[in-house]
Amino acid sequence: MGDRQNRTVSAVEVQDLTVAYREQPALWDVDLSVPPGVLLAIVGPNGAGKTTLLKAILGLLRPVAGQVLIFGQPVEQQRRRISYVPQRGSVDWDFPTSVLDVVMMGTYGELGWIRRPGRRERERALAALDQVGMRELSDRQISQLSGGQQQRVFLARALVQDADIYLMDEPFQGVDALTERAIVTLLQELRAQGKTVIAVHHDLQTVPEYFDWVMLLNVRRIACGPVSEVFNEQNLRLTYGGRFAMAAFAREVEEAAPAIVTPDRSRSGGGNHGAGAA
Amino acid sequence: MTAPQIEIQLIAAIVAAACALPGAFLVLRRMALISDAISHAMLLGIVVGFFLTEDLNSPLLILGATLTGLLTALLVELLNRTGLVREDAAIGLVFPALFSIGVILISRYAGSVHLDTDVVLLGELAFAPFDRVVVAGWDIGPKGLYAGGIILLINAALVALFYKELKLATFDPGLAAALGFSPAVIHYGLMGVTSLTAVGAFDSVGAILTVALFIAPAAAAYLLTDDLARMLLLSAGLGVAAALSGYWLAFLLDASIAGSMATMAGVIFGLAWCFAPERGLLAGQRRRVRQRWEFAQRMLAIHLLNHERQPGAEPELQVEHLWQELRWDREFATRVVSLAEGRGLVTRQNGRLELTDRGRLLAQESLLA
Repeated sequence: MGDRQNRTVSAVEVQDLTVAYREQPALWDVDLSVPPGVLLAIVGPNGAGKTTLLKAILGLLRPVAGQVLIFGQPVEQQRRRISYVPQRGSVDWDFPTSVLDVVMMGTYGELGWIRRPGRRERERALAALDQVGMRELSDRQISQLSGGQQQRVFLARALVQDADIYLMDEPFQGVDALTERAIVTLLQELRAQGKTVIAVHHDLQTVPEYFDWVMLLNVRRIACGPVSEVFNEQNLRLTYGGRFAMAAFAREVEEAAPAIVTPDRSRSGGGNHGAGAA
Repeated sequence: MTAPQIEIQLIAAIVAAACALPGAFLVLRRMALISDAISHAMLLGIVVGFFLTEDLNSPLLILGATLTGLLTALLVELLNRTGLVREDAAIGLVFPALFSIGVILISRYAGSVHLDTDVVLLGELAFAPFDRVVVAGWDIGPKGLYAGGIILLINAALVALFYKELKLATFDPGLAAALGFSPAVIHYGLMGVTSLTAVGAFDSVGAILTVALFIAPAAAAYLLTDDLARMLLLSAGLGVAAALSGYWLAFLLDASIAGSMATMAGVIFGLAWCFAPERGLLAGQRRRVRQRWEFAQRMLAIHLLNHERQPGAEPELQVEHLWQELRWDREFATRVVSLAEGRGLVTRQNGRLELTDRGRLLAQESLLA
């Protein structure tokens, strides 16, 4: 699978990327090559640089070294092809605006400076709201939304951009089960259309079910590739710290273990094998 | 009203409206205090500009003051970015430094220049009508009216043109950057507009009270609406209201016009804070009470749903036992039952409560949510 896709140009190509905040490296010499049409999860402990990697791909951070190519070109020339879904908590949901207004922000990029969104933009925003099942709430003030609804609004805003690459920062964070299902369905629809999705993800258990590629990151790249090839106990231990693991990470890995040791994706749920102390 | 009175009110209203437009964005961006910093620091620009031109009416003064305002914003940002000082502390460090240099310059050369510290700090709107614009021998009105009017026009035009960009960069700077709208450009654009506006307001209300015109009307408008465009219009409207009522308060008390305007801006905010229909204190209080009863009715519905088909649960369904089962105050329970009855959630037969279809639906919905 990997061989065939490597022949086409990568949707996202990250080469030797080092990003530092005041001499404190957040990413050390990271390489990443994502073929078009995959759903990639980025996993790693807190402070592993997951959000930093997304922002660097978007060109929001200046790397100390290395480069990012989007379909073989610098990100500045490819802005229209990337859509970004920031963490839900990164904005002020008391801002005086409506659901439809937020979704229309997705059209601002192609409108450029000064030009106002018109009827066409409005129609597209409504269509995107339809896709996430939020059309009836289009006039709702955003402070009245639940967490899951906020996430859907952000997704609709990303859909409106009609990009080829979707970068999502923890799209499943704090959403209800219904929204989680809706998002997964949406991700699969995007993949079916040949779009590439890169999502920071926290729940190791659902990685094999939701995603087909995974990148294990902890400041440096531990592994990256199809879930069936790289999402294993050894890589997880390298990512989350093995014998040096903090208790929380160890537990997280342990809980995820059943899903990992059964690569056929039948998630037995029981059993507590594997992934103890190294 | 005499002509000067009308002119003073016009100037005050225009200045207040001009301040309220950038003020709304400052409030939303949590940068309210930067307007205070800018309006103080620009004293330095005015003094330096005055020394260079020796003319209080020179446009260079406005330019100098605007640049000092931008410098303030820049220094705050730089200091903050070192990571050694937080933003509020950075503001508190930068503007007193610039302001005090201005104060020293004035006091050192006060003898040789005609620049009154009191006027700079507090403004003197009452004198505004004496400073006229004369074109070819014709008096076409007070200078403050034109200066304020031009600034208001600039602000309104910029907000109208860049409304979309300001909204996006204020709500979600990350997305703005990703879409190619540099948040830094928008930030310094807003700082520039704030500085220019502060120069205009400076003449009327002085350095100390300018912040009241930037912040209070916008903060009140924020409580009164859920729509950004309406918030902008409302900010301007409330600013005008503060200016006019402030003028008449000053007239009645025979007190400082600037002080009275700032006071009225505060009063208007206080009214909005208490009585805003959705977000005010009273509305919040009323909502909490309503939610308490609503929640109790839902609890009742869920309780009945859980026990209605249970054998031997008869006591759970009796009105008389309900308060004991739920450990509720007896009067509270009675009130909740009658409220639920009134809404058609439950019916009562021989003291036995039964859920209606509507009540059952509500209970099921509540359990799902």
